[in-house]
Amino acid sequence: MEEKDRLLQKLKEEFPAAVTEAGGFPAEDVVRVEREALPRLAELLQQKPFDCAMLLDLTCVDYLQSESCLEMVYTFFSLSRNHKLRVKARLPENDLHIGTLTALWKNAEWLEREVFDMFGVRFDGHPNLRRILMYDGFEGHPLRKSYPLRRQQPRLPLKK
Amino acid sequence: MGVKDSGPAGRRSKPGEGGFLTTRFNHILGWARKFSLFHYPYVTACCGMEYMSTACAHFDLDRFGMGWTRFSPRQSDMLLVVGTITHKLAPVLKTVYDQMTEPKWVVAFGACAVSGGIYDNYAVLQGIDAIIPVDVYIPGCPPRPETVLDALLKLQEKIQKQEQDWRWKKKTGSSRS
Amino acid sequence: MPSRLEQTARPENMLLNMGPSHPAMHGTIRIALELDGERIVNSEVEVGYLHRGFEKTCENRTYFNLLPYTDRLNYVSPQICNLGYVLTVEKMLGLDVPERAQWIRVIMSELSRVADHLTCLAAMAMECGAFTVFLYNMKAREFLWEVIEATAGVRMTTSYIRIGGVRADLEDGWDDALRRAVVETRRVLKDVHGLLDKNKIFLDRTRDLAVLPAAEAVSYGWTGPCLRSTGIPYDVRKAFPYLVYDQIEFEVPVGERGDNYDRYMVRMKEMEQSLRILEQAVSRIPKSGGRVLTEGIEPAEAIGQSRSQRPGRPIRLSPNLMGSEKAAYPDILSRDPAASVPPKEDTYTSIEGLITHFKFFMKGHGLRPPKGEAYGSVEGGNGELGFYIVSDGSDRPYRLHVRAPCFHIVAALESLIQGRYVADIIPTFGSMNMIGGELDR
Repeated sequence: MEEKDRLLQKLKEEFPAAVTEAGGFPAEDVVRVEREALPRLAELLQQKPFDCAMLLDLTCVDYLQSESCLEMVYTFFSLSRNHKLRVKARLPENDLHIGTLTALWKNAEWLEREVFDMFGVRFDGHPNLRRILMYDGFEGHPLRKSYPLRRQQPRLPLKK
Repeated sequence: MGVKDSGPAGRRSKPGEGGFLTTRFNHILGWARKFSLFHYPYVTACCGMEYMSTACAHFDLDRFGMGWTRFSPRQSDMLLVVGTITHKLAPVLKTVYDQMTEPKWVVAFGACAVSGGIYDNYAVLQGIDAIIPVDVYIPGCPPRPETVLDALLKLQEKIQKQEQDWRWKKKTGSSRS
Repeated sequence: MPSRLEQTARPENMLLNMGPSHPAMHGTIRIALELDGERIVNSEVEVGYLHRGFEKTCENRTYFNLLPYTDRLNYVSPQICNLGYVLTVEKMLGLDVPERAQWIRVIMSELSRVADHLTCLAAMAMECGAFTVFLYNMKAREFLWEVIEATAGVRMTTSYIRIGGVRADLEDGWDDALRRAVVETRRVLKDVHGLLDKNKIFLDRTRDLAVLPAAEAVSYGWTGPCLRSTGIPYDVRKAFPYLVYDQIEFEVPVGERGDNYDRYMVRMKEMEQSLRILEQAVSRIPKSGGRVLTEGIEPAEAIGQSRSQRPGRPIRLSPNLMGSEKAAYPDILSRDPAASVPPKEDTYTSIEGLITHFKFFMKGHGLRPPKGEAYGSVEGGNGELGFYIVSDGSDRPYRLHVRAPCFHIVAALESLIQGRYVADIIPTFGSMNMIGGELDR
């Protein structure tokens, strides 16, 4: 407990703009940072003493209609300290891009491709930013709230 | 369980049509075809698990003549579409179906292949009969192996009743595309 | 052909497509290969052929209604996927689950886990040519599925684990059936050990093949049996214990080299541990509070009586429900009325029960977690299966994201098969246990 708080304190010293949020539900540590600071923060988290050797998850939440932004959500996991940290960064509506983490964790490549595919976020420096789940020729980004659930874009002419 | 009347390979004969020899021949041909179905399991999703169960020891497919799974469309005569077909995968399914040689039958296994199942959204093809003709539809999510066996027996009945059209050039009006 | 491979391939090499319709019964994935003879110079893995829009669909369903969709994620161990989702929602709601329900959940999870590993190894062995192993494993899986079916009613995608508990209590005679299934599974595992462990052909195809060192595995985000095969003993059941796993004794098997053979061996040993957990659960599960089985009045009579007064005696319910639902509820479902469907006796015979039932399913009412977000994870068949749910206070999730373990595992496939032969792809891919429903969601 204390060590975790100490580390969070250290994090806030390095990144004064980082805000620690209580997720509201027990035992979850959430930190909010600026978009520009995120790659540096991730690099710091990978080193000791944080030692977050694993990028557990990388996803995005669509708040375009309510707050005109997309929120990137990263979950970093430290095996040695057995601790998960969630980091969030907001992207303004007119400027949906953020630095890539592919140099730090190998699974970032596919995770970022999925976020690009589903939400349209561009990752600066990504080696291979293409669609991964949807097919070439699909227009739009399905997981955005503005994309209707049932709008199909068939690749073949359909009967009946 | 839906069974369409005209499949891609033949047509039902009207009573009294055809001579004795051709009727016997059709009968034997139907018998031979129905008990030697080489199926191509086009497995995508959860129904694949029930397909594996149906094919294995407890509910055997082999005793119906369907033991040989041919993993090439050129060598198989029944396309067993198991699981959800997405729009990304649809052209591949069409290619596989087109590569199969006549006579061929298609069985839609599972609710997703029949009609899109519980997935009514941007990514899923709402039933494979939108792109290829289907002979037997197996509902269920996933269907029990007994349901699958029942469907296969129905398909066998259908195959038994189909006729071989001797006029090779003339297509018999069954929808093939 | 995938564009990147087309652009970077040298003209003298052959481009081959191991296309989405695979003989290997893994589901749909496309591996495009650039080959120099039989050696793989470069490859590109294309996924997404089973993307069924799970996350978008869940934004349009209530928390209760989207449970069947979670089954179809990792469809070989569907109860574990149910469990992961349900635990996350319970975390948001702050629900307490009765102890018997927790033990039942453990039993269902472990049955699923054994079925998952059996299927994975069956497919892997079959593609290496060991067809017998496939048939034996399927036989064992049938025994386990019969146990699941007796309680849940469905063999595979059960939606049995519900928010607040489980759907129904265990069938009578379940412990004998489970013991028999465990005995049969052990027999099958013994046979498979005999067939494959020291089999020269199998060893040649799996030993020292597709080795991923531990540090790289962590960098790829590997979890589960694949990570444990590299030597790192991370198991969500031990690291962040949930349900009653902290009260159960079991070990977490760990491999050494991180090759295909270690992934196979870790799964075999995990199955043995799961069977051990099942045996402990059989002996340690708290007894049910007792259910009224056959005495009781018919439902129609009860409804008739309820028009003038509350029915005095317990009600015998329809044949697909064993005895009185209300009596079983304290064991299997949480008491919180906002979280679970009220028992049928109350629904049909009292006005409060009817209103509670109605409000549970009414649009805009029902299960509404407070505003916020939560991440809950369980140890799935492939690794850490996480659910990230953002709630805006309404009855539908604002965002539901699944952290799929095999997405990260398959991300490493391209680097694992680089420089190897085409035939090496088969056991490598088989040992990864890629499940399309989970990979593509």
